[in-house]
Amino acid sequence: MFKYICKRIAYSILILLGVSMIIYFLIRLMPVDFIQDKINAINQGGATVSEETVNAMYEMYGLGDDSFTGILSGYFNWLGALCRFDLGTSFVYGIPVAQVIVEHMGISFAIALIATIFEFLIAIPLGITAATHQYSFRDYLVTVLVMIGISLPSFFFGQMLKSVFSLKLGWFPVSGLVDATASYSGIELLWDYARHCFIPILTIVILSIGARMRMTRANMLEVLNSDYIRTARAKGLKEKVVINKHAFRNTLIPLVTSLAGLIPSLFSGAIITEQVFDLPGIGNVALDAMNRGDIPFIMGYNMFLAVLSVLGVLLADLMYGVVDPRVKLE
Amino acid sequence: MDELNNVQAEPETVDTEVPLDKNVRLMSPTRMVVRRFFRSKLSILGLIMVVSLFLFSFVGPLLYTQWGEIELDESGKTEYAISETSYTVDGQTYTLRQTTEKYLKDNFLALPSAEHLLGTDNEGYDIFVRLMYGGRISLTVSFIAVFLITILGVILGGIAGYFGGWIDNLIMRICDVLMCLPGVPILLIISTILDASDIDAKYRIYLLMIYLTFISWTGTARLVRGQILSLREQEYMVAAEAMGYSTGRKIFKHLIPNVMPQLIVQMSLSLGSMILYEATLSYLNLGVKAPYAAWGSMINIISTNQDILQNHLNVWVPAGVCIVIAVLGFNFVGDGLRDALDPKARR
Repeated sequence: MFKYICKRIAYSILILLGVSMIIYFLIRLMPVDFIQDKINAINQGGATVSEETVNAMYEMYGLGDDSFTGILSGYFNWLGALCRFDLGTSFVYGIPVAQVIVEHMGISFAIALIATIFEFLIAIPLGITAATHQYSFRDYLVTVLVMIGISLPSFFFGQMLKSVFSLKLGWFPVSGLVDATASYSGIELLWDYARHCFIPILTIVILSIGARMRMTRANMLEVLNSDYIRTARAKGLKEKVVINKHAFRNTLIPLVTSLAGLIPSLFSGAIITEQVFDLPGIGNVALDAMNRGDIPFIMGYNMFLAVLSVLGVLLADLMYGVVDPRVKLE
Repeated sequence: MDELNNVQAEPETVDTEVPLDKNVRLMSPTRMVVRRFFRSKLSILGLIMVVSLFLFSFVGPLLYTQWGEIELDESGKTEYAISETSYTVDGQTYTLRQTTEKYLKDNFLALPSAEHLLGTDNEGYDIFVRLMYGGRISLTVSFIAVFLITILGVILGGIAGYFGGWIDNLIMRICDVLMCLPGVPILLIISTILDASDIDAKYRIYLLMIYLTFISWTGTARLVRGQILSLREQEYMVAAEAMGYSTGRKIFKHLIPNVMPQLIVQMSLSLGSMILYEATLSYLNLGVKAPYAAWGSMINIISTNQDILQNHLNVWVPAGVCIVIAVLGFNFVGDGLRDALDPKARR
C-alpha cells in the first residue's frame, strides 16, 4: 500500500512537469503584455520612458527573451523557484502568488462547499426515488427536470436568476460579496454574505444536481437488480428496509469515491458564476489576471488546478481500496 | 457480439397450420435498436428538438430573407430623454423639465413587431435572423469539434489498445498529462493567443475548436482503448488472427465496429457539451466576434449592460433558450441511444 502510494506520487510529479511545461509555453505565447500596458499607463501620465528602462523592466520580470530558448530558460527559472516553494510575485497585486491564491480561495471554497452539500442532499433522494419508481411518471419528471439543469449554460441561468430575483423582485443584492455602503460586523456580516451568495449557490446547485442524481439512479438500479436484494425481499423484509438499508448502503461506494474527485471543484472556483455575480473568488481573479497578462499568477493558478486534479484522481483510487474491500491496489 | 443473440424472435398470433418460420418475424440488430430508440418518448422529443433547430438554422435563413445577419436596420429611431433640474429662487422651488429629442440612424432595441419578429438588439440587428445564423455557427462548430475528437480518439486509442507495449504507454501518458490541463483557463489562454494572429473573425472560432480537440480527445481514446483491450481477447479475434488478416483489417473491420455503440453515445453526449463550451467562450467574448452572431455572444451584452438584462428580455433570452434546447436535445438523443444500443436492455 505504502509502496503503491509512493509510486503514484512519483508518477504524479512527472505528469505535473509535463503539464507545467505546456502551460508555461502557452502563457508565454499570450499577446497580452503586462509591461507594455504599464508603460502605456506611464506614458499617458505625461512622462516618457526610455528604451533602456523598458528593456530593464522586461529583464526584471524575466520576459526579456521571447525566443524558444528564452522561454525555455524562463521555464527552468520558474521551476527552480518552485523547488524553493516560491511561485513568484504577482504582477498585478505585487504580493506572492501563493498569498493571492490563499486570500481568494476562501470565498470560492465556502461557496463550493455549501453548494456541494446541498447538491448531495437533494440529488441522492431524487436519484433513489427515480430508481425505485423506474419508468414511472415520477422517474420521467425527475429525469427531465435534472436534464434541463444539466443543459443550462451557467452564465445564462445565473443572469436569469439575477434578473428575476435581484433586479425585478429586489430580494437579493445584484452582485459582489458585501454591501459596500454598509459596515456590518458579526452576525449581520454573516447574514450579508449569505444574502449575496444565495443566488450564486442556487445557480451552482441546480446546474450540478443532474450529474449526481443520474449517478445515484444508475447505481441504485444496478444494486436493485442484484441477488441479495431479491433475497431480502424473499425474507419478507419491508420495502423501506430493503431500500434504505440493503440497497442504499451499497450505492454509497461510488458516491464516497466520487467525493475525492470533488476536491478540484471545491478549491478551483467557478470562473463563470463568479464572473456573472462579480464575486471576488479565485476564478474571477484568474479571469482578470488572464486579461491583464499577470503571468506568474496565471501560471500559479493553473498549476494549482493541475495539482488538485492529480490529487483528486489519486485520492479517488485510494478511496476505492478503502471503501470496497474487494478492490486491491497494486 | 454474437449475431444470433441479437436476433429477437417475436411470436405473432400462432397459427399451427403455417410452418414455424412464417410465424415469427426476424429483426436485424439495427432495426431492433431503431425500434427501441423510438419507443422512448424522451428520445423522440430530443430528436424533434435537434432536427427543428437544424431546420431553423440552416433552412430558416433561406426562407426568411427580410434581414441579413449583419444588416443593420437603418430606418432610424427617435429617442426622447427627459431631464429635470430643480432651482430654488426666493424660497420657492421650481422644477425645469427638459425634453430632448434625438434622432438616431439605427433602429436599435426595437420591440418585437411584424417587421422584427423578436425585435432588434442594441446595435440594430434583427434578433430572429441572428438566432438562425448563430445557430449555424454553434451547430457546425460543435459537429466539427466532436467529429475531430472522435477521429483522433479512435486512431490514438485504437493504436494504444491494439499494439500495447511502449506505444500504449506513450499515448496513455500523453493522455494523463492532457487530462490534468484545466480546460476553461487553457481555452482562455489559447483564445487570447489567437487574438494576436489576425484571423478573419468568421473563422476564428473554427480554429479555436480545432485547438480544443487537441486537448479533448483523451476521453474517447481511453474508451476505445479499454474496449479494444477486452475485445482483443475474444475468440473471433483469435479466428481473425488465424485467417491471417492484415492489421488494418482486424482493427477497422473487427474491432472498431464493436466499439461503435459506445462511440455513438459518447459523440451525441459530447455534442451537447461542445455547444455549451462554444457558448461559454462566445459569452466571454473569446469565441465568435462581432459583427457575426453566435448564441453565446448574443448573451454577452448583458454582462455589461444592466438595462438590457432587466428591461429587454427579447434581446438575450431567445439565444439562451436555443442553447438549452440544443443541449437538452442532444442529451436526450444520447440517452435514448445508450438505452437502445445496450444489448442487455430488453424493454
